[in-house]
Amino acid sequence: MSKYVGQRIKRTEDPRLIKGLAHYVDDIRLPDTLHVVFVRSLYAHARINGVDASDALKAPGVVAVYTGKDVAEKIGPVPCASALPDLKVPDYRVLATDKALFVGHPIAAIVATDKYVARDAVDLVSVEYEELPAVVDVEDAAKGGTVIHEKFGHNVAYKLTSGEGDIEAALNSADRIVTQKMIHQRLAPIAMETRGVLARYFPGEEELTIWSSTQIPHLLRTQLALMIGIPENKLRVITPEVGGGFGSKLNVYAEEALLGWISMQLGKPAKWIETRRENFQSTIHGRAQVGTVEIGCKNDGTITGLRYNVFADLGAYHQLLTPAIPTLTGLMLSGAYKIPAIQMNVTGVFTNKMATDAYRGAGRPEATYVVERAMDLVAKELKMDPVELRRKNFPKSDEFPFHTATGLDYDSGNYEAALDKALDLSGYQKLREEQKQVRANGKLIGIGMSSYVEICALGPSQAMPAGGWESATVRIEPTGKVTIMTGASPHGQGQETSFAQIAADELGVDLNDVTVIHGDTAIVQYGIGTFGSRATAVGGTAVLVAIQKLKEKAAKIAAHMLQADSSRLIFEAGRYSLQAATAAGVSEPVVPVGQAPAGALLEPATEGKSSLTIQEIALAAHVAKEIPPDTEPGLSATYFFEPKNFTFPFGTHICVVEIDKETGETKFLRYVAVDDCGKVINPLLVDGQVHGGIVQSIGQALYEEVVYDEQGQLVTGELMDYALPKASQVPWFETDRTETPSPVNPLGVKGVGEAGTIGATPAIVNAIVDALSPYGVKHVDMPVRPEAVWKLISEA
Amino acid sequence: MKQAISINVNGVDHHDEIEPRLLLVHYLRDLLGLTGTHIGCETSICGACTVLLDGQAVKSCTMFAVQADGANITTIEGLAANGQLHPVQEGFWEHHGLQCGYCTPGMIIAATQIIDRNPNPSRDEIRHGLEGNLCRCTGYQHIVEAVEYAAKKAAG
Repeated sequence: MSKYVGQRIKRTEDPRLIKGLAHYVDDIRLPDTLHVVFVRSLYAHARINGVDASDALKAPGVVAVYTGKDVAEKIGPVPCASALPDLKVPDYRVLATDKALFVGHPIAAIVATDKYVARDAVDLVSVEYEELPAVVDVEDAAKGGTVIHEKFGHNVAYKLTSGEGDIEAALNSADRIVTQKMIHQRLAPIAMETRGVLARYFPGEEELTIWSSTQIPHLLRTQLALMIGIPENKLRVITPEVGGGFGSKLNVYAEEALLGWISMQLGKPAKWIETRRENFQSTIHGRAQVGTVEIGCKNDGTITGLRYNVFADLGAYHQLLTPAIPTLTGLMLSGAYKIPAIQMNVTGVFTNKMATDAYRGAGRPEATYVVERAMDLVAKELKMDPVELRRKNFPKSDEFPFHTATGLDYDSGNYEAALDKALDLSGYQKLREEQKQVRANGKLIGIGMSSYVEICALGPSQAMPAGGWESATVRIEPTGKVTIMTGASPHGQGQETSFAQIAADELGVDLNDVTVIHGDTAIVQYGIGTFGSRATAVGGTAVLVAIQKLKEKAAKIAAHMLQADSSRLIFEAGRYSLQAATAAGVSEPVVPVGQAPAGALLEPATEGKSSLTIQEIALAAHVAKEIPPDTEPGLSATYFFEPKNFTFPFGTHICVVEIDKETGETKFLRYVAVDDCGKVINPLLVDGQVHGGIVQSIGQALYEEVVYDEQGQLVTGELMDYALPKASQVPWFETDRTETPSPVNPLGVKGVGEAGTIGATPAIVNAIVDALSPYGVKHVDMPVRPEAVWKLISEA
Repeated sequence: MKQAISINVNGVDHHDEIEPRLLLVHYLRDLLGLTGTHIGCETSICGACTVLLDGQAVKSCTMFAVQADGANITTIEGLAANGQLHPVQEGFWEHHGLQCGYCTPGMIIAATQIIDRNPNPSRDEIRHGLEGNLCRCTGYQHIVEAVEYAAKKAAG
């Protein structure tokens, strides 16, 4: 058994966080910092006939006010990295120029010496609006009416058909077809730390540093360099502590470019910290699909085909991945099942709202919800147990790699094993019997399940807009300390610990001798970032392979120092030993780790030794007196790992709810989750990811919804109006795992960051529908609020 | 018109002249440099800004610093005594009660109050006690375990 990998190791990043000593963007203080506050559109759709900042500029402490006209020619557009056929891409300027297209659209930036002064000055800027009709409903917008971007002539950004197999024939061959319209409501990601940017320009050195709360420091650097027009090697992006992302910080935002540009104009540091209200208005939203599923089945339960026609509410502009998110939905419409023909027809539509983009799960929760709700509808139609219907349509464990009619090849899987474990853990049969009894007493108990598959470890570069690989540099310093630099900069996932676990095991060193550095483009080699449940599968593998490269060199040096052929060396517990001499006594390290004497580095004495620690070799490699003549000094290695496929984690969640007839409230009685994320590096962190993901699913299923009214006003503009799940509203999770290694990477890991948000939502809604089935209810849309349930009961 | 205040924060007396509209959280963060107290919503919903004011957990984002004149305040930075982690801090570390860490200082402060009021809280009582603090990462279960750990530890 490994010393670290697979163990519940508590996190090395925690002490600074629990003591309040960590540094998020707003905790970084630079002298003479100017504060930036934005004037944002009050209207969803309005012509801007003028912006008068003269009063604001007179206010003491106000340094500058920039409007759309000031920057339109200076800063490039907010980028969209999605490439789809005939995609309409609007020109997205960092400040609105002649039209405001959503509530919160930035119109002017106020710069002041104090943040209270800057905020006061917002009220002194007068914007002359001419209100236009707002485009709010996605289906209406697709049909016609008011056009948001006049040059396109309509509001359709793109139409795309995806899938394989003859869908018409497949549906025609079905004994029955079940059709259901489903709404995936618009959600706000709500990282607890809002976005924030601090920019500092040194005019002499011509260097700009941007601290930003982002998931993608390197991609951000590239894009901001292009937007601002500064050489990329003069721009440094630092992501300090990042207080959650969930996809909302997997983007390039107008404010990031503006802050950099403002600091360059004024030669002083400039800071903007997003308010929660701004976060609701102008940080990306997620989901927002309205679709209809048709699923065909034989009378014995065999699924023949699935079609999903969907309108995707894209918002007013494309952010980085906006149009691409629904395509991920299309990829995952086979779910955990053998479905011979699948088709998705998506219409991406502009509306006067904030852009949608990747929110935890990013297109896959929608697919899983569609498939898992559809499976329950089919089970109901055929009067089959939902478990047996699912089991019947699973690919068997020997059918992997399994090709789907969405064009994917699932890497590995054993769906029945996870299902069976979840059935055992929940006591499914007994639950059904109990349900019968309590139903007889008039109680509304529902049992819901979901057998999900997700697509993770994004991904092969061929399938990604800007590279799907990940990088790592591993270096052993002269004192034997290990430094890892990863391009997968985390924001809560715990890579400082999990990557150190991988390294400590591979190098045979103590976990505390390993430091993981991330999130600084001046220090860390180019990387892609943390999103799409990719960090461990892709970034962790890069760490592993970089270490293996480093060890090849270390072995060469060890052989030279021990005057032996490298084939005679074995590496064990951090030590290279001569095979014949392993039992002949182990020597003390010459310079114990952490106790190196002051002054010049000592030359390791190898005389008469039969083994060397890798840390002794690191010292020798730096002193460079005893290394082979054809070997470079130093001991470090860099690896860029390019995965050949995605990974496909899976699992079964089972949920038991009780609905209060009088109030319509849903209460959780049980929640069982069996997830298979391949090999596990740290079970403690995996549990944390699963719990957090399920609670975000509970949020979608029961509470959360971004609401724009008919005028496009954002009704849910604060946490007072947008309900996040509280500690008292969520159940105790009973979790377990099966472990099917992925063949895609040498670690065998698949990824787990989004499993809970993908697998749980349909389990919860299926349970609610099951509870309401005595009233003939077949479907209910999310969020399933008490009043909606109460109405269904009252009207039945 | 600035106003003079005297506040004791984490055992240290501070005397400052401040604007009456300065929020307590900005006073702590910007004037005293105690950036462990975070701002998550500005509407007292999320609890990231929770501090102890004369022993009571309060949300410092919706309170003026002048209202805290004469008070004793404990922030997350003042919780560990003599380099020893507070049992709640220890519990959060042991039970992986945090991921991104942003809600954590407020969560920990709120949790100390739960245990102060009820040395042996049930899981439901812990969850109820944390209703004023939102966490988007953990799903709360590890936080509940962390508080249970701390209650046991504090009870000896």
